[in-house]
Amino acid sequence: MSSASGRFLPEMAKGILRENPTFVQVLGMCPALAVTNSVLNGIVMGAATTFVLVMSSLMISALRKLIPSQVRISTYVVVIATFVTVADFSLQALLPAAHHEMAAFISLIVVNCVILGRAEAFASRNPVLISIADALGMGLGFSFALVLIGGVREVLGSGSFLGFPVFGPGFEPWVVMVLPPGGFLVLGVLLLGLAKFAEIRSRAATRSTAEEPR
Amino acid sequence: MSATLLTIFFSALLINNFTLSYFLGLCPFFGVSGRLQTAFRLGVANTFVLIITSLATWALNTYVLVHAPYLSLIAYILVIASTVQFVEMVIKKTMPALFRALGIYLPLITTNCAILALALFQTSRGYGLVEGLVFAVASGLGLMLALVLMAGIREEAELSNVPRLLRGTAMSFLIAGILSLAFMGFAGLFGGS
Amino acid sequence: MSAAGGSSRSEVLQLVATLTIAGVFSGLSIVIAYRTTLPRIQANQRAALERAVFEVLPGTTRLERFSWDGTVLAASTADQGALQDSIFAGYGEGDALMGFAVPGAGAGFADTIKLIYGLDPAGEHVLGMKVLESRETPGLGDKIYKDLKFVAEFHELVVEPVIELIKGHGDKANQVDAITGATISSRAVVKILNQSNAVWRPRIAALAAQPPAAPGDASSKAPALVPPDAYRGGPVPGGLTGDKP
Repeated sequence: MSSASGRFLPEMAKGILRENPTFVQVLGMCPALAVTNSVLNGIVMGAATTFVLVMSSLMISALRKLIPSQVRISTYVVVIATFVTVADFSLQALLPAAHHEMAAFISLIVVNCVILGRAEAFASRNPVLISIADALGMGLGFSFALVLIGGVREVLGSGSFLGFPVFGPGFEPWVVMVLPPGGFLVLGVLLLGLAKFAEIRSRAATRSTAEEPR
Repeated sequence: MSATLLTIFFSALLINNFTLSYFLGLCPFFGVSGRLQTAFRLGVANTFVLIITSLATWALNTYVLVHAPYLSLIAYILVIASTVQFVEMVIKKTMPALFRALGIYLPLITTNCAILALALFQTSRGYGLVEGLVFAVASGLGLMLALVLMAGIREEAELSNVPRLLRGTAMSFLIAGILSLAFMGFAGLFGGS
Repeated sequence: MSAAGGSSRSEVLQLVATLTIAGVFSGLSIVIAYRTTLPRIQANQRAALERAVFEVLPGTTRLERFSWDGTVLAASTADQGALQDSIFAGYGEGDALMGFAVPGAGAGFADTIKLIYGLDPAGEHVLGMKVLESRETPGLGDKIYKDLKFVAEFHELVVEPVIELIKGHGDKANQVDAITGATISSRAVVKILNQSNAVWRPRIAALAAQPPAAPGDASSKAPALVPPDAYRGGPVPGGLTGDKP
């Protein structure tokens, strides 16, 4: 148990940056782009996805020894679809306005490859606690990406953040950013920035290792 | 009626293109679109699955889900997946040539969000059998159009001198953004004329 | 997916059992979630609908749903008749009929525009218009609901012979000024209204003409409906009725 809880934090942390599902694995693009024209949508979608990820990972990891491998994918899909439906109804009841804006994309969480991917690659092979850590980390990493993309798009495209105006009244919104092309362009530029960042870091790392022996 | 069908068709093909306007089916869009011929075949297979999906959705909505609308999501997923698998087996047995051309893409497509989205949109917009079929064909052609355009551009880009950092996913996203911008020009094709 | 050739009977049974258990579990959780959230969801939907109707029919405090069953308009409840086949009669103080809220939909610039608008009891004036759903371009097309001047054009707007869209400044009572830079979106709204009018005004007229046979408290509603004479004056122009039933 102590070793399991010791792995909890690192398993969680890896999903947020090092193996970020959106920026590094480039999975689950559809919701990452479709609903991120505002920060709020990003938060709601991120929370819903995290909920589904954690619940289905818990379930699948707990039952991993009982599920025959021939029918595992079908079972995973049923489990995931169940939790998505639950999330869908809950959102409809609690946040009708946000649900109205995203309607179909909430249901589409089912086919978000991040979730099935984690179920197959992680939860089906690891104990419950660690699977939850992994799911939580992936969910948070995904939410972080959504909020970042949503933030850039909302600030540039609507001149506001979470609905509060950030620029003066003279600001002319860069409308294309909240439209579909903006999603592609913002994510493209973010990926470019990350590639540059990774390059600088690895160059610094090689330099430091090269200097150390001296 | 025919005017509505035309509207549905061009709206799904160009104005509200699944890939470039709703971000559906992006995994194959970025994953497979490196070769023109592959892209074309994938597009055909996609259209095929979409048509089956549309029929299955229609049947489910008309005969099964009337009594239990809350089960719709699970029903769509299971029925679509099994129908596609069934059709795949039938094709494998009866038309091996077609299967060799399209077969490898079929399992990949079943888990594609465009497929489920078609079922959801068809339901939420209240399309009937004919409208659903037109919608499915147009969406499939729209996906194919986006795939082929993307593949064509990427084949060209491979021969050009692209900055090293841009190569790969980042460039694909920027290209998709520009394509999506171009497709925005189709908006208003039907509005209020 | 099919089990390998040499699979024993018990193995197949295990596969089936797993899927069955998963199915039962999933069905149970979905039904529980559905039952718990249903009242809230319905309350939300009702509130949203009422908000929209009250906005397009100023002075309304209570609404009554009517659905078209193919031949007549009859009072209905939320689970009968599809929304696109229904209108809402709004009643104000003293149960006076304030008008009818009519939903409409049509192709806009980017995607389908869904809206609801209010007609006065005689079906001669639009009292208000509210866009419920649209994907019009932010900053341009979305002015059909963000530009208050444009929205205000749909107050006391005469619907006879048709509502016209004017670029520049229309001064007739049946004219609406187009939004600069969003002519197509404005035209789409006007077109939706004209199409819905062609469909619904005759039906509303028939409702007013028919003897007060509404179920339930017929006595309280009957006097509220307008006298049939109010419609005699304005047949719907043929060019539009032929358009789309």
